[in-house]
Amino acid sequence: MNQVGSRILWGTLKYASLIVGLFVVLFPIWIAVVTSLKSNQDLSNLGILQWPRHLDFGNYITAWNGGDLGSAFLNTAFIIVLSVVGNITLGTMVAYVLSRFEFPLKRLVLGAYLVVLFIPTITTQVAVFGVIKGLGLFDTPFALVLLYLGTDVVQIYIYMQFINRIPVSLDESAMLDGASYLRIYTSIIFPLLMPASATVAILKTITIYGDLYSPYLYMPSTSLGVVSTALMRFEGPYSAQWNLIMAASVIIAIPLVLLYLFLQRFIFAGIVSGAVRE
Amino acid sequence: MAVKISYRMQKNLLIVGFLIVPLALLVTFSFYPAVKLIYYSFTSWDGLSQQYPWVGWANYATIFTDPQLFGSFLHNFSYFIGGLIQNVVALYFAVILSSKLKGRSFFRATLFLPYMLNAVAVAFIFKFLYLDGGALDTLLQSLGLGFLQHDWIGNDSIVNWALAFVSLWEFFGFNMVIYLAALQSIPEELHEAAALDGAGRFRTFWYIIMPNLRAIIQINLLLTVSGALEAFNIPFVMTNGSPPTATFLINTMNVAFTFDNYGLASAMAIVLLVIVFIVITIQQRLVGGGKDVV
Repeated sequence: MNQVGSRILWGTLKYASLIVGLFVVLFPIWIAVVTSLKSNQDLSNLGILQWPRHLDFGNYITAWNGGDLGSAFLNTAFIIVLSVVGNITLGTMVAYVLSRFEFPLKRLVLGAYLVVLFIPTITTQVAVFGVIKGLGLFDTPFALVLLYLGTDVVQIYIYMQFINRIPVSLDESAMLDGASYLRIYTSIIFPLLMPASATVAILKTITIYGDLYSPYLYMPSTSLGVVSTALMRFEGPYSAQWNLIMAASVIIAIPLVLLYLFLQRFIFAGIVSGAVRE
Repeated sequence: MAVKISYRMQKNLLIVGFLIVPLALLVTFSFYPAVKLIYYSFTSWDGLSQQYPWVGWANYATIFTDPQLFGSFLHNFSYFIGGLIQNVVALYFAVILSSKLKGRSFFRATLFLPYMLNAVAVAFIFKFLYLDGGALDTLLQSLGLGFLQHDWIGNDSIVNWALAFVSLWEFFGFNMVIYLAALQSIPEELHEAAALDGAGRFRTFWYIIMPNLRAIIQINLLLTVSGALEAFNIPFVMTNGSPPTATFLINTMNVAFTFDNYGLASAMAIVLLVIVFIVITIQQRLVGGGKDVV
């Protein structure tokens, strides 16, 4: 094949593929938005791909009230804030100890976190369920907070990479000034880890926001609904009222889409450093 | 601090103090349940009583003889194939996005968007899309592809493929971002050297880029394959885990939380764990070079 021909062919193929990809990604989202804006009348009279005759934002109000989405957002926010703050605190603590000190069981600790990575959390729920009940946390938000709180090997590695870039001389000069190790952690290590913590917090937020089976299993009360479970329960009373179901789905999807618009770079960087370590 | 503690003492206090809570969580919610799971799997515990009647290997025998149980891995098969296609698609778009391109960040941002949507919302959107005579069928009709119309959810021989596609749609952007980062970390000189030697686009990809992506492909496959074995959310929300779509994990959860047979469910969870482990090991043998990989 000659050079120019191949370049034109590849160029065409490239943009054609992107347009197909874009269409496949956007078509379902587009349909969801269009449907969510249709009145009951438009829903039954118009074609499924047609734009509504007049925009009916009433679906959003009905969905918000009927699905108790306000309290779902509050419950979710409460769980996310507590879990993320705790998670960052514990994660930085573990990483600080593992990267700055030598001690006998260090490899064992790291090894334990690595082993856990290969136990899919969802498979052990049958037994975790007993633990949560035993702790008296069943059907409380703290069940979820405890489950999300624990740090994992991916976070530890993200933090350790960052800590290893903080010169030890910084610790040492603080020690010359009489700072304790605890002081070094609180006023040097923790603040300097903030960029890594931002990444960890975003990844954790995405995970918690999308989690379905933990809230489903551990917080069955309707009043304790989080976004996933509230949306799932919404289908029951409103089954086949697709304009309402789509409105509720769009509402639930919006917060993370906004987060994504503003923090895209962090999210990409987080996913990459979560999957790959040096 | 009024009393100065020696650094040696401080170090010991700090190590214990900083590790005790995280390790307690790790033991309570990961190791202890894993051990318990093994124990339960040899009993016929109902989840409530104080008694744990010992049944030996009976639960395991049930899993491998009852086609309803082990057979449900067949429903995971479509997610497995879907996962492989997902990686090909992700890598393909990553290659495109890493080439000379107008509007790169727009395309990248949009292709990744599905990953950011709430999983339940995605499941509902596709449930609507897949209705018999619904949006997808209408679209196919208007594209002149009417012969492809189906009752996507109602037809038992198609439904798992339709559900696996939802998974592909939702997660390919995630793999794509990882591939993209890997592609961008390949030094420019390699491309130039290949071009100087007269290598075409395809040969450059196959001989220069692919070997450099080995570790990354392995990570992505690992995530995808274990994801396929653990498929749960999509059938759970879209079909309430109906029998033709019940994946192994859905059956496990039903056996435990609907039929109160925690013993059998634990054995199923152990079987799943072992299979995930075997698959990961085989894959590492095949693809190899996974030392620098989490």
